[in-house]
Amino acid sequence: MAKTELIVSALENGTVIDHIASNEVFRVLQLLNLDKSQDTVYMGSNLDSKKLGKKGIIKVSNRFFAPEEINKIALASPNATIIEIRNFEVVSKTKVALPEEIKGIVKCMNPNCITNHEVIETAFTVVPHSESVKLKCRFCEKFTTKENMAFK
Amino acid sequence: MKNKNLISITDFTKEEQLHVLDVAEGFEQNPQQRILQDKVVATLFFEPSTRTRLSFESAANRLGARIIGFSDASNSSVTKGETLKDTILMVSNYADLIVMRHPKEGSSRYASQVAHVPVINAGDGANQHPTQCLLDLYSIRKTQGRLDNLNIAFVGDLKYGRTVHSLTQALCNFNCTFHLVSPTELKLPSYVKQTIKDRNLEYRQYTDLAEVIPFADIIYMTRVQRERFADLMEYERVKNAYILNQAMLKGCKDSMKILHPLPRVNEIATDVDDTPYAYYFQQAKNGVYVRQALMALILGAKA
Ligand SMILES: [Zn+2]
Repeated sequence: MAKTELIVSALENGTVIDHIASNEVFRVLQLLNLDKSQDTVYMGSNLDSKKLGKKGIIKVSNRFFAPEEINKIALASPNATIIEIRNFEVVSKTKVALPEEIKGIVKCMNPNCITNHEVIETAFTVVPHSESVKLKCRFCEKFTTKENMAFK
Repeated sequence: MKNKNLISITDFTKEEQLHVLDVAEGFEQNPQQRILQDKVVATLFFEPSTRTRLSFESAANRLGARIIGFSDASNSSVTKGETLKDTILMVSNYADLIVMRHPKEGSSRYASQVAHVPVINAGDGANQHPTQCLLDLYSIRKTQGRLDNLNIAFVGDLKYGRTVHSLTQALCNFNCTFHLVSPTELKLPSYVKQTIKDRNLEYRQYTDLAEVIPFADIIYMTRVQRERFADLMEYERVKNAYILNQAMLKGCKDSMKILHPLPRVNEIATDVDDTPYAYYFQQAKNGVYVRQALMALILGAKA
């Protein structure tokens, strides 16, 4: 814990996304459009973590996210934790949770799916109670899983 | 059911499915009912399927509807490069109901989102073909007098056969027991088996067709295609094991019926055709009544 704080300076106000899978930090930045934002963003990867072995962390100054905005990062990193900081104090700490449906963001893995042949916003229902992320395409009804997931 | 789309069999509740079958019975009694004389039905076949198209068009004709459409996108006015969205938007200006078949999975669901008129899926790639499922249910109910507590044997390609997947899902509403006869490479996918388990129903898997013949109420045959096998030696080894002939039927139930989505190649020997167990041609005929019922219900016409 102390170690991460040394690497990335403390936040006065903003959001810390902790416990990101180390190889997914850039993906999380992209999913939240932070790669194009004007906010001050700190990030670290390959930090030691008791829970994950190695982890990534992102800190965004003066930015707070609505649950529906941030929960989609669970697609890339289901163990991430969202910590909100106000006045250097942690005011909330929540684990990300996949929403019931995902629109856009992910490609359907079925090459013969109509969404891969016309300009259509993809839509998936999230299959509940499955071990890892599993999405059912609203169009072709096939399943896209963590292993064959590609982002748009 | 007025203005509903039918894309997947699960779009209709059990009660709605049974209602379609009841209305279809009326059309079997009295097929000529010109109750859609003021309607236009579009049959859009982006890939050819003569059998399915003729069945829909026969149904629409018997209801007095007029038909527009095409039977093959490659030689129709649907020019290359026009999006599916544009075609559907155009046709929904001209027709009261769209029946469509398309090689891409999910295309019918998408069309139903775009269209201003109801859409019936006549097959979207390997995904769904719900009117086939309803005519199968109709045929089973008609021959067995019920849909509940039957022993249903599915034979052949259970992995890729979409008719088997939809029919299994539909029959899960009726407390049936499933007997799955297939080569090891072509077993029913686990997500379909999971649907059976979720409903606390039973399935058993076999590789030998002879085992299920004594107790099956329905034997639903499908074709085992060579191109489905990674290992051609395996295909050669099993191909004859899934061909049903008259001699094999000794000892079957008197009330047993054989179904097949057609076209058949050689998986049912022609000597079966003259037995009282063959029902596949009547099954295809039932498709017209079921499609009449669907069009009438969706367009809100009183049969
Ligand atoms: Zn899809």
